[in-house]
Amino acid sequence: MMIDVSGLKKNFGKVEALKDVHVTVEKGRIVGFIGPNGAGKSTTIRILLGLLRKDAGKAEIFGLDCYRDAVEIHKRISYVPGDVNLWPNLTGGEVIDLFIDMQGKKVASSRKEELMKRFDFDPTKKCRTYSKGNRQKVALIAAFSVESDLYILDEPTSGLDPLMEREFQALVKEQQTKGKSVLLSSHILSEVEQLCDDVVIIRQGEIIESGSLKDLRHLTRTQFIVETETDMPGFKNLPGVYDVTKNEEKWHFQVDHEQISSVLSFLGQFPIAKLETKEPTLEDLFMRHYESDDKGGA
Amino acid sequence: MSRQPFYQATKLLLFYLKREYIKLSIWIVSLVATTVAVALAFSGLYQSDTERQLMAETMENPAMKALIGRGFGLDNYTNGAMLSHEMLVMTMIVVAIMSILLVNRLTRQDEENQQLELLLALPLGRLAPSFSAIVVLFLANGLLALVTTIGLTILGIDSIDFIGSLSYSSALFASGIFFGAITLLTAQLSNNQRGSMMLSYLVLGVSYMVRAVGDAGDLWLSYLSPLGLLQETQAYVANYFWPQIVIVVISFFIIGLSMRLREKRDLGSGLLPDKRGKKSASSFLKTTPGFILTLQKVPLISWFVAMLLIGLSYGSVLGDLDAFLSENEVIQQIIGSTEDYSLTEQFIAIILKVMAIISTIPTLMVFHKLKSEEVKGRLDHLFARPLSRLRIYTWYSVISVLTSIVLLTIAVVSLAGAGVYVLDTGVDFMTIVEANIVYLPAIWVVLGVMGAIYGLLGKFDGLTWLYLLFCFVLIYLGDLLEFPDWLMRVSPFYWIPELPMDNFTVWPLMSLTGIGLGLLVIGGIGFMRRDIRQN
Ligand SMILES: Nc1ncnc2c1ncn2[C@@H]1O[C@H](COP(=O)(O)OP(=O)(O)O)[C@@H](O)[C@H]1O
Ligand SMILES: [Mg+2]
Repeated sequence: MMIDVSGLKKNFGKVEALKDVHVTVEKGRIVGFIGPNGAGKSTTIRILLGLLRKDAGKAEIFGLDCYRDAVEIHKRISYVPGDVNLWPNLTGGEVIDLFIDMQGKKVASSRKEELMKRFDFDPTKKCRTYSKGNRQKVALIAAFSVESDLYILDEPTSGLDPLMEREFQALVKEQQTKGKSVLLSSHILSEVEQLCDDVVIIRQGEIIESGSLKDLRHLTRTQFIVETETDMPGFKNLPGVYDVTKNEEKWHFQVDHEQISSVLSFLGQFPIAKLETKEPTLEDLFMRHYESDDKGGA
Repeated sequence: MSRQPFYQATKLLLFYLKREYIKLSIWIVSLVATTVAVALAFSGLYQSDTERQLMAETMENPAMKALIGRGFGLDNYTNGAMLSHEMLVMTMIVVAIMSILLVNRLTRQDEENQQLELLLALPLGRLAPSFSAIVVLFLANGLLALVTTIGLTILGIDSIDFIGSLSYSSALFASGIFFGAITLLTAQLSNNQRGSMMLSYLVLGVSYMVRAVGDAGDLWLSYLSPLGLLQETQAYVANYFWPQIVIVVISFFIIGLSMRLREKRDLGSGLLPDKRGKKSASSFLKTTPGFILTLQKVPLISWFVAMLLIGLSYGSVLGDLDAFLSENEVIQQIIGSTEDYSLTEQFIAIILKVMAIISTIPTLMVFHKLKSEEVKGRLDHLFARPLSRLRIYTWYSVISVLTSIVLLTIAVVSLAGAGVYVLDTGVDFMTIVEANIVYLPAIWVVLGVMGAIYGLLGKFDGLTWLYLLFCFVLIYLGDLLEFPDWLMRVSPFYWIPELPMDNFTVWPLMSLTGIGLGLLVIGGIGFMRRDIRQN
């Protein structure tokens, strides 16, 4: 077990930031840690890093206590925050070297160079001149230059453009093939969906879902909007189709992931003027979660 | 407790040294150069024993003791005794400021800017940053003491010997260590950089004032202040070393306590309570001046209280001075017969000048906030909305000017109030108040210098602080070192008539006000034309 968190509580004065958090990361897995702003992702991660003290519960990495054994743990992990602030009068290259040096592991400079090239990064500029995305690249390059056993990434791509984000995803996948583990937090579900094996969903300091992405597929239905002039008899009764509403020629409905292909072939029988799909958002997911809560309660 | 709390502190130390060595070199070189230059100047200007002894006479009164320290060896005023009397307390304060800034930069500033978070996510002991900062503090102050000792000794001035210089510079060392340690403590108490720095300066200010009151009245109160205790080293007179040892030992306790506190608290938090804020903006906050004032509420209130206390303490010292003078008929005769105005009034004139300089600090700070808002990119939020640059600049200028008026007034009113209450001889309340208010135009000139540099260039406005320091040095040492007139004229404070000794003349006040406003206007024009900077 790489990360083992259970029953974690943290208060800031009267604010209950974490009420009951449990997260596990197995070796070789990429785990998405998802929740809206203020859910408690960063707080959990900062406890994992030993920057904050927990009020109750267990927080272990590699079987070591996150606060007491912070130094021992940090020798084997890399961290990238979402908000990277650097010393304005040092260059990006200097800061990367500093971080790598403090990590205490031998790093081939070719690895560093390679990453700088992949992220299209100029290390000779002073940090004061870097944009948010470039400062994030500094932290990413320093983190991925080192072969750590565990990567803890807190919304690491919030300032990157789509091209760089793809490079980042490729990098994470590569590390996984080397047997490394990753905890990746995000507030956008679709962003981590492509990358993660497991997902942990947090809201208001509590974990509301966790498990492998496959298990959670039932929670994510794709939204469809279809325009057709003809009526589609029997459509409402298809398996895996939900919440059908019809507004003149526009049909709105949701489809379970498993049933998409059968629904598409059904639609194929009709003259379709326009077809749009939308990936489910985190909000949809929460709606579904509360729906199922209500059912359970009733 | 966590394991390996100091892990890799040496690596961090090297990094800190790399970041700080230029700044520290400038501090150390300027401090040593000033000390050595003053020592040389004293020995050149006051060559005979009688000249120095005459000097000692004018220093030996409660008012001067309050201002610069009680002094030792006044009956045998050697070059060394003179140097340590005139310079030690002031230099200890400057060394304290250097140390406060240093420790604050390396601890709370890094923490506030979240750089410490990145560092502590690396295999770095939790206390390594505090520890390395303290080592840098010791290295900087140690080097300063070493170079000062060598510099003073090799001058070969009679009575400025090695052991005396060692006593002098080790007092500087102890002052730096103590206030650096205090800053490590305040970094644990406040949850932001400004707050931590303000608390440290508060301790420094209280130390100075407690010593002033103690020295003036020859009270044990002085011993409660680290500055008061450290002057007990009696450099070049008795050369005691116990005060330094006591202060450094106390500093070690403070450092140990701070590390315990750091170990226990969350990164980014402070131990002082943080109030819950307001839900929505008040109508005051929504006005431009209301917004600017709200941003600086805490420092402004602190300065208000500080100026009140400074005025009261100097005012109460006047009583000691008065008692001293009435007992001492000889001095009364000398002064009373040769001058139209009493020593009390001459002393008041010096104090008023010093208070004018002190009031300039918050005035500049209020204006300087505009710069830090610009550099942090927060002005963009304002200018992206229908707020003109002219409006923002003008309001910052107006509020700075108002700050100078309010703070100088509160200081002098409390001084005059306390003074008139404790004085027997008739010094009039309004006379003192008027004598201080006339310094306002000089403050505005310094403010104008900052406004012009900032408005035109957007950087280098920090040089204004050096200019202010220079004005202070002119006032503090100008007469002692017999600076030439043209040099004295550089300071706007020089042009202000010293009431009631000088006659009241309007034109210097009018011209200085004109220059100050003119400079502010030039800055405003520049500010409307130039790029808004980021970082
Ligand atoms: N230092 C702090 N003091 C008070 N409240 C805090 C502090 N840090 C975080 N919080 C609160 O804890 C909650 C969780 O915050 P955070 O972990 O940063 O959320 P996320 O990273 O998921 O957006 C929020 O309600 C936030 O306001
Ligand atoms: Mg966060």
